[in-house]
Amino acid sequence: MLKNSSGFGRSGHLADKIFPRLTMVFALLIVVLLAGILIVLNIDAFPAIRKFWLSFLVSTSWDPVKEQFGALPAIYGTLLSSLLALVIAVPVSLGAAIFLSELSPRWLKGPASLLIELLAAIPSVIIGLWGLFVLVPVVRNPIESWLGSKLGFLPFFQGPPFGVGFLAAGIILAIMIIPIITALSRDALSAVPNQQREAMLALGATRWETIRRTVLPYCRSGLIGAMILGLGRALGETMAVTMVIGNGYKLTASLFSPGTTIASKIAAEFAEADSQLFIASLVELALVLFAVTLVVNVIARLLVWRLTAVKEARE
Amino acid sequence: MADTGYGRRKLINRTMLSLCAIAAGLSIIVLALILGYTLVQGISSLDIDFLMQAAKPMGEAGGGMRDEIFGTLILVTLGTLISLPVGLMAGIFVAEFAGPRIATAVQFSADILAGVPSIVVGVFAYAVLVRPMHSYSALSAGVALAVIMIPIVARTAEESLRLVPNFQREAALALGITRWRAIIGVIIPGALTGIVTGVMLGVARIAGETAPLIFTALGSQFGVQGLLKPIGALPLQIYRYAMSPDPDWHKQAWAAAFLLMLLVLGISILVRVVSRRRSI
Amino acid sequence: MIDKSNQDTVQTCEIPGEEVPEGSGILKVRGLNAWYDSTKAIKNISLSIPEKAITAIIGPSGCGKSTFIRCLNRMHEVSHGGRVEGCVLLDGKDIYARDVDPVAIRRRIGMVFQKPAPFPTMSIFDNVSAGLRLTRVWSRRWELEEIVERSLRQAALWDEVKDKLGQSGSSLSGGQQQRLCIARAMAVEPEIILLDEPCSALDPAATLKIEDLMRNLADRYTIVIVTHNMQQAARVSDMAAFFLADTDRTGILIEFGPTSQLFTNPKDKRTEDYITGRFG
Repeated sequence: MLKNSSGFGRSGHLADKIFPRLTMVFALLIVVLLAGILIVLNIDAFPAIRKFWLSFLVSTSWDPVKEQFGALPAIYGTLLSSLLALVIAVPVSLGAAIFLSELSPRWLKGPASLLIELLAAIPSVIIGLWGLFVLVPVVRNPIESWLGSKLGFLPFFQGPPFGVGFLAAGIILAIMIIPIITALSRDALSAVPNQQREAMLALGATRWETIRRTVLPYCRSGLIGAMILGLGRALGETMAVTMVIGNGYKLTASLFSPGTTIASKIAAEFAEADSQLFIASLVELALVLFAVTLVVNVIARLLVWRLTAVKEARE
Repeated sequence: MADTGYGRRKLINRTMLSLCAIAAGLSIIVLALILGYTLVQGISSLDIDFLMQAAKPMGEAGGGMRDEIFGTLILVTLGTLISLPVGLMAGIFVAEFAGPRIATAVQFSADILAGVPSIVVGVFAYAVLVRPMHSYSALSAGVALAVIMIPIVARTAEESLRLVPNFQREAALALGITRWRAIIGVIIPGALTGIVTGVMLGVARIAGETAPLIFTALGSQFGVQGLLKPIGALPLQIYRYAMSPDPDWHKQAWAAAFLLMLLVLGISILVRVVSRRRSI
Repeated sequence: MIDKSNQDTVQTCEIPGEEVPEGSGILKVRGLNAWYDSTKAIKNISLSIPEKAITAIIGPSGCGKSTFIRCLNRMHEVSHGGRVEGCVLLDGKDIYARDVDPVAIRRRIGMVFQKPAPFPTMSIFDNVSAGLRLTRVWSRRWELEEIVERSLRQAALWDEVKDKLGQSGSSLSGGQQQRLCIARAMAVEPEIILLDEPCSALDPAATLKIEDLMRNLADRYTIVIVTHNMQQAARVSDMAAFFLADTDRTGILIEFGPTSQLFTNPKDKRTEDYITGRFG
């Protein structure tokens, strides 16, 4: 028998009161997780923080036996490799983005964008594998030998060509961040209203001049946001870098030299960490990395959000 | 005079635009190189033994990655099982219930969480699970992977739910059904394709993650021993084998990379093709 | 989209001495006011909707007709910033009283919207039975089948879809989709059916079918229909309420009476102007 509910029902269904609260709990879990990472890292790094204070950030010796842990070469390595990656990736990404947004015929846009995005989907460890066995030999010979012989007077290109080292790491990182910078830059460029382009062209400017003087400046903050997000990605990248950077630990300007990044240090030494202080130092490294990428990502997000807000205000 | 100036401008134009095309081509060439090498090297090293046998110690010929293949499947499943409810509920909250300020706070946090380096997540999981439990475990690895996957699922779920038109919500409520039944019975099915896409993207991402596994799963020489024990996985094994001096292990690393690539790229392509087709 | 029910009115709505049998489906409106945030949409509406008859709400666009009808089944509060004050009495009891469950109200007062909104992920069968399945009111499959067939027959759609009950609801034409929505609304056996401009998205042939349908349904249900089409109101309704926007742009009720009288001998000059087409 079908029961029809006449009448006015009890007020408020229990489930309708619980369900929104339940979803809120899970949503807040995300915020809590973020805070939790910060707190937990601090707690576990505390022994090292307490022992070394600021010398952790400026000391160059990493000696498990003597229990002296200084992170400067790792920090330096992270910055150097990421900067090198940016130097290589930004022109390539910008060029590709300009091509995709301004130049490519309609039928090519979709497939080409898809292919470049696929590069981002490749797991880091596979790029590292390729880097180790395919890129590094090429870097060693001919790239580094050529650079060393022709430009060896510069401190960047001195030292024996190992193949593994900062140069290889920079190239690998560049490969990894090109897709994200390209995709975001392409979006920023596509958002520039067509009237801007047409106005310049009507004045007799060439395509390139239009792009350079009108389109690029218009979406400048979006482009910068894209680059900073790419930087954030490069700073945190672990596996591919670890496999091609060689594990050297000194401050040197030579790009040929093996080096270390914060991420690669943690990954490489974790298996051997035995003492409390050793582990705490590695955790402190993770904390430094977390803080740096956090700041970079927040700046990038704010830039991109600001760009969307300004766009919406204009419309 | 004007002629020379114009000619020069035209030359610059041609050059720069060609450079842009070259830049785009370069990216695609690099992709082709990576895919190509993995394909060629991988296929030549892939055989039945690889899929069926357990790993052998260094120096001994032969052996395979059967346990690591299982391990990857187990860890991905675990990560998905944990992150799916959390991400979905969070997405429902932001799309259906949250006021604008809380919504922004949650979205912002999810975006930031997505940007946390996976190695940091691994260290976090180590501190929170491995240390207190005094053991590396598949469970802690699953949790670490879930942390990485949650923001992806949450954001995609939220966007898909927002896309369900409002008049369907109203039509459901006007039938005299409760809000939560309307969400579960009508709105979520309407957003299902988008939600599934998000989950698949998440799976493709965590299947290839290595760094968190170093601190949680560790790898195992004894095969799969259960959720509370260490476990091996494909990406981890690729790393270890690649960094070793054993050329036979190098070959196996390529084979594993090929398998992993098939899985990850297969899902990625499928997802992107489906979502592009829908948006047209 | 958070539900905000009217919590603050302390006035008693029940009129002492007026005995109304339960389940009679008689709807009386007293002093109804509604807002969107701080903008008042309708002001001080009072009328009694006769049972088992068709009442048309007519008037130019923007004078609160849709807002009014949405207040009758507590759908107005579902909109952003929707707020209601006043009384809507069903069986002599105020549906906006504090202890009343809006979900129960919506089962007794059903609604069909302007844009046909079948649930796209459900088959025709599932669409019609959605109101029942999603509240677990039914107990056996054959009960559902009975109800679906009965509802589709009542909506004059059964013959057209009986062989394709498993197909998606969106595979039907616009007119058929709207009849599907009517069948869906009737499946939960309401006493009153509200229709908000149900034919404005349909072609004339489909419109006529729905008008025929409504006349048949009026034997069993109380029907309230919002329409901006005067001819439709004249064809179909027994009673008509004429709404107009006041000087402060809120909607007010100008005249309410038998349709024939309103159209041939309107009491208010503004009604006469609208009927004869001098504006609107």
